[in-house]
Amino acid sequence: MKTLTPMPQTLAQKLIARAAGRASVMPGEIVNCKVDLAMFHDSSGPRRLKPMLEELGAQIWDKSKVVLVMDHYVPERDDESRKIVRIAREWAQEQALPHVYDSQGICHVVVPQHGHIRPGMFCVGGDSHSPTGGAFGAYMFGIGSTEMLGVVVTGEIWLRVPHTQQMHWRGHLAKGVTAKDMMLHMTGRFGMNGGQYQAVEFCGSAVRALSMQERMTLSNMSAELGAQVGLIAPDEVTAAWLKTTGVPEAATEWPDGFTDAGADLTRHDFDASTLTPYVAAPHSPANAHEVARYSGTRVDVAYIGACTGAKLDDLRAAAEVLRGQRVASGVRLMVAPASLKDQRAAEKEGVLQVLMDAGAELFPTACGACAGYGETLGDNTTVISSTARNFKGRMGSATAQVYLASPYTVAASALRGVITDPREVLQ
Amino acid sequence: MNTEMNTDLTLHRVWQLGADIDTDVLAPGHAMKYGIATIARHCLESVRPEFAAQVQRGDVVVAGPNFGIGSSREQAASVLVELGVAAVIAASFSGLYFRNAFNVGLLLLTCAQAETLQEGEHIVLDGEGRFVQGQDGRRLACEPIPDFLMQMVRNGGLLPTLRQRLERERELAREHAATTSTSTSTSTPIQSSTRSPAP
Repeated sequence: MKTLTPMPQTLAQKLIARAAGRASVMPGEIVNCKVDLAMFHDSSGPRRLKPMLEELGAQIWDKSKVVLVMDHYVPERDDESRKIVRIAREWAQEQALPHVYDSQGICHVVVPQHGHIRPGMFCVGGDSHSPTGGAFGAYMFGIGSTEMLGVVVTGEIWLRVPHTQQMHWRGHLAKGVTAKDMMLHMTGRFGMNGGQYQAVEFCGSAVRALSMQERMTLSNMSAELGAQVGLIAPDEVTAAWLKTTGVPEAATEWPDGFTDAGADLTRHDFDASTLTPYVAAPHSPANAHEVARYSGTRVDVAYIGACTGAKLDDLRAAAEVLRGQRVASGVRLMVAPASLKDQRAAEKEGVLQVLMDAGAELFPTACGACAGYGETLGDNTTVISSTARNFKGRMGSATAQVYLASPYTVAASALRGVITDPREVLQ
Repeated sequence: MNTEMNTDLTLHRVWQLGADIDTDVLAPGHAMKYGIATIARHCLESVRPEFAAQVQRGDVVVAGPNFGIGSSREQAASVLVELGVAAVIAASFSGLYFRNAFNVGLLLLTCAQAETLQEGEHIVLDGEGRFVQGQDGRRLACEPIPDFLMQMVRNGGLLPTLRQRLERERELAREHAATTSTSTSTSTPIQSSTRSPAP
C-alpha cells in the first residue's frame, strides 16, 4: 500500500489544523476552529457581552474555557469606571465563572502566570495584545467584543489560514539589549502592518536564549507588526516556566509544536549580536531607530509599565541600571508592575526597593497610563516608556511626546534626564 | 446603534484621511468608558477635529494604507456606523480592524487606488463591494470580499446574524420536538467552511 508523504507544515498550520479537527490546512483557506480558551477583560468583556447575551437569550458555551481579568479600569477612579468594574464583578458572580482575576495585574501576564495557556492550544483574547500567548506555542489572537460574543455563544471562530513569516535571529544579544529592541528593530523595518495579519514565528539561537518573559515581549508586540499571531516553538524553557505555574507536566509540552523543514514560509534573517538598543519616536512604533539617533533628547517622565514592559524581567533590567543611584532632578519615574505576582517577586529579591530608592513612584498593577485608561500624562510632556504604543494621544494627551524603548533604556534615560544608551551606564 | 447599512444613498461624499489612521484616534482611550454616542463625538478629534460634527449619513471615509492599526476596541469601527458612514475605502486595513468592522456592520473596501479619490468628491458604491466609481466615471477595483462576510454586513453585523441563527435553531428544535420524542442537536454554522477569497 502506498502512503502519501504529508506536506510539511508551519507551526501555525499545525495549531490551526488541530483546532479545526483536520489533518492539515493550507494557507488561504477559511476554516472554523474550536476555541480552547476565551479571555477578556473589564473593558472588552462583561460590559459589552452581558447585554448582547441577554438580547440573544444565549448562554456561555463552556464556562471552564472562559477567563475574565479586571485590569483596564482598576483601581476605579470615577463613576464610569466604577460602573464598568461593578458590571464585571456582578456578572462573574451571577454566571459563577470559575476563572476570574480581579486587580491581580494585566491579562496577558496574569493568564499565563496561572497556567491557562499551554502549548498546542487555540485561544482568543478580547484585547489586541493577545498574541502574547504565542510565546507558549499556543495560537492566540485578539478579537473585538462582538466577535467574542460569537465565540462565547458557539465556542468557535472562523479563520483564514495565514502564511508564515519567520523571523530568524542568529547570534546572541549583547548586554543591555533585549527582546524589546529586537521588536522595535522589526517594527522599524516592516512597519505596523508589515505582518499583514499573517503568522509571525520567532526563532533562531537568540530567541532560544531568551527567558520566557522576554519571549512574551516579542509575541506581545507582534500586534505592532500587524501580525495575527506571534509564535515561538515551545521548548524546555517553556516547559520549565509552565511547571512553576502548576501546569501538569504532561501539558507543558506539545510534541507537534514546531515548523517542519521545507514548510512554505517567508524567512527574514537578523543578527542579534550586532543589534543596538532601539527607540521608537512619536507617534508610531514603526518610527524606530538606533538609540544614538535620539540620545540627548530631554525627558520629563520615564514609565515602566504595561504587559509589554513591566514584567519581573523588565523590573530587574531597570533595577540593574538604577542600583544605588537616583533619577535625574526633575524626572518622574513611574513604575506599574504588570502583575501582583511579579511585584511580590520583585519585592522579595529587592528589585522593587532599588527602584524606590532611585526615586520611583509605584502605581497599581493594571493597564494604567499605557492606553490612557488610568493615570493620564500631562500636556507637552516628553515620555520615555517601556510600553508598546505611542500613537498620538494614546497616553492621554495629544501634545505628549512618547518614545518607546526597553526597560534598560527607560531607566538609563531616567538616570540622566535625557535619552541614553543603557550600555553607557551599565557596569 | 444603527443596524442598517448606510449604503442606501446613491452618492457618497468622500472624507480623505491619509495613511496610518489608528484605533486610538478613531475611539480615543479617554472616551472609552462611555457609550458609543459619546465616543463618536470624539472620533478623529486629534487629526480631523471637525469630522464628528460635520460628517453626514452616507458619507464615506477614504484612507491610505494601514487603516485601523492598533487596539482590538471595536468601538473604533462602531463609531463610524454610529456617525452614519457608509463604508471605509482604504489601500489596506489592519486585519483585526477588518474583522471587527464586518462584525459591527461596517463595510470595508480594500482599494489599491483609494488615495486617488479626492476630499469632497462624490462617489458611487456598487453594492457588492467589487468597485467604487469616481465622479468622472473612473472605476477603482476593490479586493473581493468572502460571501459570508458580505452577508453578515448586510445583516447589520454578527449580532443580528447570530440572532437569526439561534432563531432558526430554536424553530428547528420546536419542529423536531413536535414530530419526535427523541431530540438531536441541529446547528448551522454562522461561518461556513467555504473557500473564498481572503479578507
